[in-house]
Amino acid sequence: MPSFVIAEKCDGCKAQDKTACQYICPNNLMTLNRDLMKAYNQEPEQCWECYNCVKICPQQAMEVRGYADFVPLGGNVIPLRGSDSIMWTVKFRNGKLKRYKFPIRTTPEGSVDPYAGKPEAKLDGLRKPGFFTHQGAGKTMPTIKK
Amino acid sequence: MEKEACTFSYCTKPEIIQVDTDLLIVGGGMSACGAAFEAVRWADAIEKAGKGKIKITLVDKAAMDRSGAVAMGLSAINTYMGENDPAAYVKYVRDDLMGIIREDLVYDLGRHVDDSVEEFEDWGLPIWKKDEGGHTLDGAQGAPKLSAGGKPVRSGKWQIMINGESYKVLVAEAAKKALGMDNIYERVFIVKYLLDEKVPNRIAAAVGFSVRENKVYIFKANVILSGCGGAVNVFRPRSVGEGQGRAWYPVWNSGSGYALGIQVGAELTMMENRFVPARFKDGYGPVGAWFLFFKAKATNAAGEDYCVGENFEATKKLYSPYAEKMGTAIRNHMMMMDMKAGKGPILMNTHHAMAELAKTMDAKQIKHLEAEAWEDFLDMCIGQAGVWAGMNIEPDKTPSEIMPTEPYLLGSHAGCAGFWVSGPEDLGAPAEWNWGYNRMSTVNGLFMMGDICGASGHKFSSGSHAEGRIAAKAGLAFILDNKDFKPTVTKSPDELAGELYMPFEVYEKHKTYSTAPEVNPNYIKPKMVQMRLQKISDEYFGGIATWYMTSKTMLDKGLELLQMLKEDAEKTGAKDLHELMRAWENYHRIWSVEAHARHILFREESRYPGYYYRGDYLAIDDKNWKCFVNSKYDPKTGDWKCFKKDYVQLVAD
Ligand SMILES: Cc1cc2nc3c(=O)[nH]c(=O)nc-3n(C[C@H](O)[C@H](O)[C@H](O)COP(=O)(O)OP(=O)(O)OC[C@H]3O[C@@H](n4cnc5c(N)ncnc54)[C@H](O)[C@@H]3O)c2cc1C
Ligand code: SF4
Ligand code: SF4
Repeated sequence: MPSFVIAEKCDGCKAQDKTACQYICPNNLMTLNRDLMKAYNQEPEQCWECYNCVKICPQQAMEVRGYADFVPLGGNVIPLRGSDSIMWTVKFRNGKLKRYKFPIRTTPEGSVDPYAGKPEAKLDGLRKPGFFTHQGAGKTMPTIKK
Repeated sequence: MEKEACTFSYCTKPEIIQVDTDLLIVGGGMSACGAAFEAVRWADAIEKAGKGKIKITLVDKAAMDRSGAVAMGLSAINTYMGENDPAAYVKYVRDDLMGIIREDLVYDLGRHVDDSVEEFEDWGLPIWKKDEGGHTLDGAQGAPKLSAGGKPVRSGKWQIMINGESYKVLVAEAAKKALGMDNIYERVFIVKYLLDEKVPNRIAAAVGFSVRENKVYIFKANVILSGCGGAVNVFRPRSVGEGQGRAWYPVWNSGSGYALGIQVGAELTMMENRFVPARFKDGYGPVGAWFLFFKAKATNAAGEDYCVGENFEATKKLYSPYAEKMGTAIRNHMMMMDMKAGKGPILMNTHHAMAELAKTMDAKQIKHLEAEAWEDFLDMCIGQAGVWAGMNIEPDKTPSEIMPTEPYLLGSHAGCAGFWVSGPEDLGAPAEWNWGYNRMSTVNGLFMMGDICGASGHKFSSGSHAEGRIAAKAGLAFILDNKDFKPTVTKSPDELAGELYMPFEVYEKHKTYSTAPEVNPNYIKPKMVQMRLQKISDEYFGGIATWYMTSKTMLDKGLELLQMLKEDAEKTGAKDLHELMRAWENYHRIWSVEAHARHILFREESRYPGYYYRGDYLAIDDKNWKCFVNSKYDPKTGDWKCFKKDYVQLVAD
């Protein structure tokens, strides 16, 4: 479908003005049916299977069913994304299971301070090669040797 | 056919919001996030020096956390110099792109890029390291950072491995923090750029609409940094059912980057280039780590290497001296020779590679290796993991098919289609290659970055971020030099809103004429515009239907049909905001393809075998065509011009 919403599990993000899946989908596919208060993928053939809706859904109401053009039924790939790692369960068509866990970030969510410990920009460097970080660290940019 | 006009007689008039800003960043992907990060720091310095406050605004059609090509994550950063000389990087890019690149831009990128990678690590991106015994540590095992001398795990000379599920989230977090959410407009789709009314050839504004509310935005700016990606779904895809979403290139980069710049007259370069990646069949999962990291070999069905023997000899006859460099296009070409000879399917022998590696490993290490293989997909192409699961494919037991995809237009991966920009001044490039501001297009105040900055491929994620930073600095210098500029636009806000909402007006006006709104002689739905475009490109411009083969006669015919499609596209009917976005996306796709076809027509040789062929000029012809092909659309007259520009080698062989 590719991404789909399990009717029983979706609570429409409790009628907030923006549902989580709608907020995140890079292709604007997730839509809330206001009568049912359930979300659905409005254009399944434009879904990249990026899993961002699946990863973000607070109810774990979303999954992906492989593209029917070429993926036989029965397998699935299910993520559980935490704050510093992600767990994947891969189920094969023949029932075999594999589980993997990978780190996703080394800093707490939302803690990035982009300029912490970085030099300030020095205006006389604006028209020279090198970023403010290079210039602040006193690095000169190499040029092509003839 | 009669032209439609939108006077809001049928559709609802949107609220019109005008935003005046100094620096407008269009896009929220890697290059845009880089631009935001660098720009804010310099704007602070400018303000502190008493030279005025500079307002910076960013607009993205999606949510920055997960927009652009890195939305899903990545498992490798493909451009990190480390111990390597940027001059060697130039040679590698030149060889892969068949000899014609802007070496000034590529070198400039190479000397800047590592800093972006080191920033990513500071923000929390886990980068794999080698420990003292040469073993691999994942990015959260506390090895020293790159900036402190940590040794990355190289999968190739330029690539390093990461745990990159949240790569884009981190890069966006830094950009959002730097800019502040008040200066960011998400879910606003930019439809067109506007030139200034008074100053010729000068950018003045960008107009777009919210895909969530009835609002039209007019952003007037002194400088625009354009970073909205290349073009996908411009050729008929191999999977035409729901699998058409599984394009290799992200389905949401719909050629806006090209169309926006072309229509205001910015000069293009190398638009004939395209990218046809050979990937795992159907799922289009990455093969790079399999080739480079696991040392897997691809063969035909008989187990033979298709890059040697007869194939190689025949390839050398047409494409020497490039054949010998074994670039991506050349390897594609030889794979296709075997496929066309019925020697497929082509197989990636993952099982042999794993068996080979397992010879020197214990059980625990093998388990780790297997996890690494799956992570490559799970971090950046989860759909491929789904294909393997659905087909019961375990890489240590079964080989997997690989296949060339449908063509895409882009300039930051192994392709170089994009705009002609001003380069750095200190690298010995011809004087006419720089006009004062790094990465500025031939339209004053309009800068290009990432996938749409041309003749300089192989930037990848890190390089696109770095290029955004380079462009941002130059953009600020331009603002300081043009402080008194006040953008003015010719059309009134109502007229502009009317243009953007035309597909609504058309639909509302005519929708009750037929009993089912999908079929109506008065308009065409966005989906069908896309289908027709894909059919034209596929059949006439060298898509999969003809094994990437085209010629002058085919291009001429296709361009004729494309012209009619372009006219019809002005009668696209849209029923809601989502379809309105699709309508404009497809309009942008048409412009991108038109430029592509015109360039292929002009270049009378086959510079990129394995990506496309001119049947009437099957070989590479260095004598006549070792040059850039550039083009320009004139927004005043509607004329296109294609012309040659000299290639100049800056880095010795
Ligand atoms: C499948 C794939 C795999 C890749 N693998 C790797 C890898 O392993 N390692 C690596 O280093 N690099 C990799 N890359 C390359 C890397 O992702 C790109 O080089 C990089 O993302 C390009 O940056 P960009 O800013 O030009 O475009 P993007 O990052 O794609 O951003 C484009 C932005 O423009 C926005 N946008 C588009 N149209 C509009 C519009 N009309 N109005 C407003 N906003 C708009 C989008 O929402 C998005 O925010 C890969 C790319 C692809 C496609
Ligand atoms: S995020 Fe989950 S719970 Fe919320 S609307 Fe979407 S599917 Fe339903
Ligand atoms: S998988 Fe990605 S493209 Fe598909 S609906 Fe979910 S977020 Fe959108």
